[in-house]
Amino acid sequence: MISAHSPAVSASRAKRWGSFFYAEQVLRVMRGYGWSVFLYSVGQPVAYLFAMGIGLASLVDANSAAVFGGVNYLTFIAPALLVSSAVMTASGDFSYPIMDGFKWRRVFYGPHASPLVPQQIAAGHIMASALKFLVQSLVYFAIVAMFGASPSPWGWVSAIVATVAGLSFGLPLMAYASTITKDSGQFALVQRFIVVPLFLFSGTFFPLDSLPLAVRWIGWISPVWHGTQLGRVFTYGLEENPLLTLTHVLFLVGAAAAGWTLTRRQFARRMGA
Amino acid sequence: MHNEATRSFSTSASFQMNPPAVITAENLTKSYGELVAVDGISFEVPAGESFGLLGPNGAGKSTTMKMIGGVSQRTSGKLSIMGLDPETHGPEVRAHLGVVPQQDNLDEELKVRENLIVYGRYFGLPLSYLRPKADELLEFAQLTDKAKSRVDALSGGMKRRLTIARSLINEPKILLLDEPTTGLDPQARHILWDRLFRLKEQGVTLILTTHYMDEAEQLCDRLIVVDKGRIMAEGSPASLIREYSTREVLELRFGSERNATIGVELAGVGERVETLPDRVLIYADDGESALEQVSARRLRPLTSLVRRSSLEDVFLRLTGRSLVD
Repeated sequence: MISAHSPAVSASRAKRWGSFFYAEQVLRVMRGYGWSVFLYSVGQPVAYLFAMGIGLASLVDANSAAVFGGVNYLTFIAPALLVSSAVMTASGDFSYPIMDGFKWRRVFYGPHASPLVPQQIAAGHIMASALKFLVQSLVYFAIVAMFGASPSPWGWVSAIVATVAGLSFGLPLMAYASTITKDSGQFALVQRFIVVPLFLFSGTFFPLDSLPLAVRWIGWISPVWHGTQLGRVFTYGLEENPLLTLTHVLFLVGAAAAGWTLTRRQFARRMGA
Repeated sequence: MHNEATRSFSTSASFQMNPPAVITAENLTKSYGELVAVDGISFEVPAGESFGLLGPNGAGKSTTMKMIGGVSQRTSGKLSIMGLDPETHGPEVRAHLGVVPQQDNLDEELKVRENLIVYGRYFGLPLSYLRPKADELLEFAQLTDKAKSRVDALSGGMKRRLTIARSLINEPKILLLDEPTTGLDPQARHILWDRLFRLKEQGVTLILTTHYMDEAEQLCDRLIVVDKGRIMAEGSPASLIREYSTREVLELRFGSERNATIGVELAGVGERVETLPDRVLIYADDGESALEQVSARRLRPLTSLVRRSSLEDVFLRLTGRSLVD
């Protein structure tokens, strides 16, 4: 008959590894619908790359190749689609599931009664989602590479860039989601008025500077634009001012870090720590 | 080596004499803005005791449980669980506890057995321990044949038993149960009580809140009656009944119109007469002879019933209100 280790051991392990313990739970739940995650991460890029890269690209390339920095249209949009896909996944993972954890099925309150602290529950959710973004982005990148749309040997780094871009959009959203006590359609509004404009006006399908100044600012504050430009640096060696490249990195990491900090604070406040 | 042995001997000797308190609350208070949910309550729970908080909804029972469970911070007062302050040692305190919340929060997307294993991981327990332990607990909760079912396929009583099984995964010495059987049918409640009684026999300290007097009588060695955040009385179920009620109660129904006015005509029967909207209660040590006195006065109740006093009567006496509204 084996018995449990002492409460003191439980407490010290939970203090050190608690975030990973919770991440493990989230991953187990994800495994339950692993197939749909896989199909989404493979099916979506294939559909987009075919439609945009083969269909639209044949028109675009025939007319205005020079606009896209000397690369073909498929190569131009591939990093953008990669980043957009991660951001869209993030807009799902960091909205409704947070509401679910606090309110609908209250899944955050199970671990809350264990030695875990609210900040670790938040961190576990974030880490599991980040791993999902990374796997999804790597699959996406592999398909992009198969289409021959990543000429640079550093192209794979764009999968990491996409993951960080997903977090830089998702974590501020998570901080907001964790303040919501009553669902009155906020997330649908976020989809319609934030996610979609970011997708359209972030230099995704055409360079940002072809837009009038009046809407160009959307790109400047958009994780999709910063992630896309950075991805382009890695997949085909987009030439831009190194300071601008650094700005992309700082923006993405900064937004993710700020979102994480606010999320931790809100989780602790809401769960009464 | 020798010292160690002597010390452990003296510890177990003192345990026999006077078990040390595992939970101590002193002037515990919790307010939410203007609202004072818990208003300066003090109690001690020795190891192995089954301790109840009995009171109506909104009495402050759950708030007290959350403070003990280290998930809600007190406004003032002192609280110690296994000698630790849950405010400064939350993870350490929670590592000692098993918690059954008022509302089930099982992971409906995971299978029954997986719920137990995942929960055990929060305590850093290895899978080599958790796999056999999960099977043992499923057996205990009579859910072995549901091990691979999804949680949303379980009945209310089964979910409750799974929540209790989950709370035992770390082999806690203290189990907090917040309204463990609310919303269950009588049969499911009896199965649950039986399981809780077994835990008590194994020496687990049970802290439970309930607004069911029968549950309190079945499970609690000692309880506090709580109303509006304050302790109204404290003692074993039997001693509370002895102190605040008579041995028997005669319940009479005269119909809703006469109930209100009959009190005057019943004056002097038994020790005390309590008029409720639907019935009249006569507190007497001998219910049958009280009923004879009522008949002698030519009062004809529609129905009459003699029963033993319960905690419900204690609560009524203390607060002037029923437990379940």
